[in-house]
Amino acid sequence: MDLQQRFVAGDLEAFEQLFRDHQRQVYAWIVRIVRDSAAAEDLTVETFWRIYRSRSLFRADGNFGAWSHRIATNIALDHLRKSRRETELPDDLLAPTSPDAAVSREMRARIRSAFANLPPKYRLVATLALIEDAPYEEIAAAAGITVALVKVRVFRATRLLRKQLGALSAEIGAHS
Amino acid sequence: MNPEEKNRASNADTQGQERDELNQIKHLLRQAVPPLPPAQLEPHTDLWPQLRSRIESQVTADQAASINPGSSGIRIRVHWFDWALAALATAALLFFPGIIPSLLYHF
Repeated sequence: MDLQQRFVAGDLEAFEQLFRDHQRQVYAWIVRIVRDSAAAEDLTVETFWRIYRSRSLFRADGNFGAWSHRIATNIALDHLRKSRRETELPDDLLAPTSPDAAVSREMRARIRSAFANLPPKYRLVATLALIEDAPYEEIAAAAGITVALVKVRVFRATRLLRKQLGALSAEIGAHS
Repeated sequence: MNPEEKNRASNADTQGQERDELNQIKHLLRQAVPPLPPAQLEPHTDLWPQLRSRIESQVTADQAASINPGSSGIRIRVHWFDWALAALATAALLFFPGIIPSLLYHF
């Protein structure tokens, strides 16, 4: 029996092996979405807990990585929905590596606030596509939507951000 | 320029504007919320012990529930409306015991 078959049969050692093989990718995916390392650790555990509980639904010859990404995305999206407006983005993950002189500290705070106010499903694709430069295909597969819908959501997120930032984006555009 | 060419040119203009807008917002966003560096894409601790204890506590709870179903700690919630219906039915039986034979006949 291979690893995934043993996992489906309820073998805890096989599950541990799968966890060790995939936890980094799952954590990296979640922390990119929620941008909070402590929350990302809890959500990674939650993801694998749900995977373990629903192991009977998994096909032993299926793609464990894709399945775990899908569950992780749903859990991260739920977290964004619950924590919306309750928490600010933590500062330790927010220092730009090459700051643009035209974008002041105050402007950054306004952009961050506009970003935090995006509806979660738009924030998810905006984070992955615009900030993390993840391929649309990867986002679509993880979110369980089509590539066309990812493009639509990116476009709408851009429009919403532009609307919320108003004159600020034009002002910065003129400076840079 | 014929109408078809005009349409094509205007579509290309719109697409160009949208691309510019996307790039500008992307630039601003990345200044405020920068991409995470590789060092921050790894968990700080080994998460397996946490997960394992969660699995084990669930297994223990399941075993306790199978040995003694009453001690599973699972509480059944009944909606207030159901309690009201039950109270109404009991009151009806108490005040009008004559309906009992007809109920028995129907059920």
